[in-house]
Amino acid sequence: MWPEEMRSNTQMHILLVEDDAVDAEALQRAFRQHNFAVPVTVVKNGREALAFLREKRPTHGVAQRYLILLDLNMPQMNGIEFLTALRHDEQLKQHIVFVLTTSNRDEDKEAAYEQQIAGYLLKSSSTNEFEQLITLLKTYEQTIEFPPEPVL
Amino acid sequence: MNEDTLHILLVEDDDVDAEAVVRAFKKEQLNYPFTIVTNGLEALTLLRGENWGASGRYARPHIILLDLNMPRMNGIEFLQELRADERLKDSIVFVLTTSNRDEDKWAAYGKQVAGYILKTRAGKDFADMVTLVKCYETIVEFPPNKGKRL
Repeated sequence: MWPEEMRSNTQMHILLVEDDAVDAEALQRAFRQHNFAVPVTVVKNGREALAFLREKRPTHGVAQRYLILLDLNMPQMNGIEFLTALRHDEQLKQHIVFVLTTSNRDEDKEAAYEQQIAGYLLKSSSTNEFEQLITLLKTYEQTIEFPPEPVL
Repeated sequence: MNEDTLHILLVEDDDVDAEAVVRAFKKEQLNYPFTIVTNGLEALTLLRGENWGASGRYARPHIILLDLNMPRMNGIEFLQELRADERLKDSIVFVLTTSNRDEDKWAAYGKQVAGYILKTRAGKDFADMVTLVKCYETIVEFPPNKGKRL
């Protein structure tokens, strides 16, 4: 069993890769409304996401417990481009990624799952869908073991 | 249940554990069709075949629940084969194991499992794992070729 002080270091952090500020705010507001107190970092495209993850390579005491929520359609580096770069990086390839997008196209689902995402989620502005998303994220955090820190 | 219901492939050599998993879903009234194989090689043979499952109609499971310690071909070896196979590399796999070793977690996530679940921490009688799978059924969009009738 983890002692409590280690538990706090193992809290899940969400990295939201989303260029639409309205969508990003809506998601964070929904988290607050449902008392889902997870720290969220927002970056606007794949390039910023990679830079963030590379910078956050573990230092002493900071655990790698990021769950990435990834939009697909973004300027500069879109979701699929980001995923491809992520999976080719030995230090980053183990990260957990859920796609969160408006695209219901088979081609996008196939492309995302080719890069081994954990799940593909459709964006919706209905309260019910946010609730379902939050239930998934809460259950996920509660159930799974996150990747361990890489040996430096 | 219609034919769009979630199909699960359970790769588990311990029949007591396998029974416990199936029972956990039944307890929540989730009658997902299960196919159970006892090692990685059997799993691959099944996945690479034309038909599978009790109904014999479906090409691919929606979710694979994977034990790690199995004879003939263990979980990590199975994952390596799975991810190297063009037709199977998009599979959604949850590891379900007693191993709490960092090396095993690292190896599994290195092959991009959707999640690594400790049998002892999957909730009382696997309740948390069942809830998680139910969440997947509710809101996750699966790869387009999953669960399709042949």
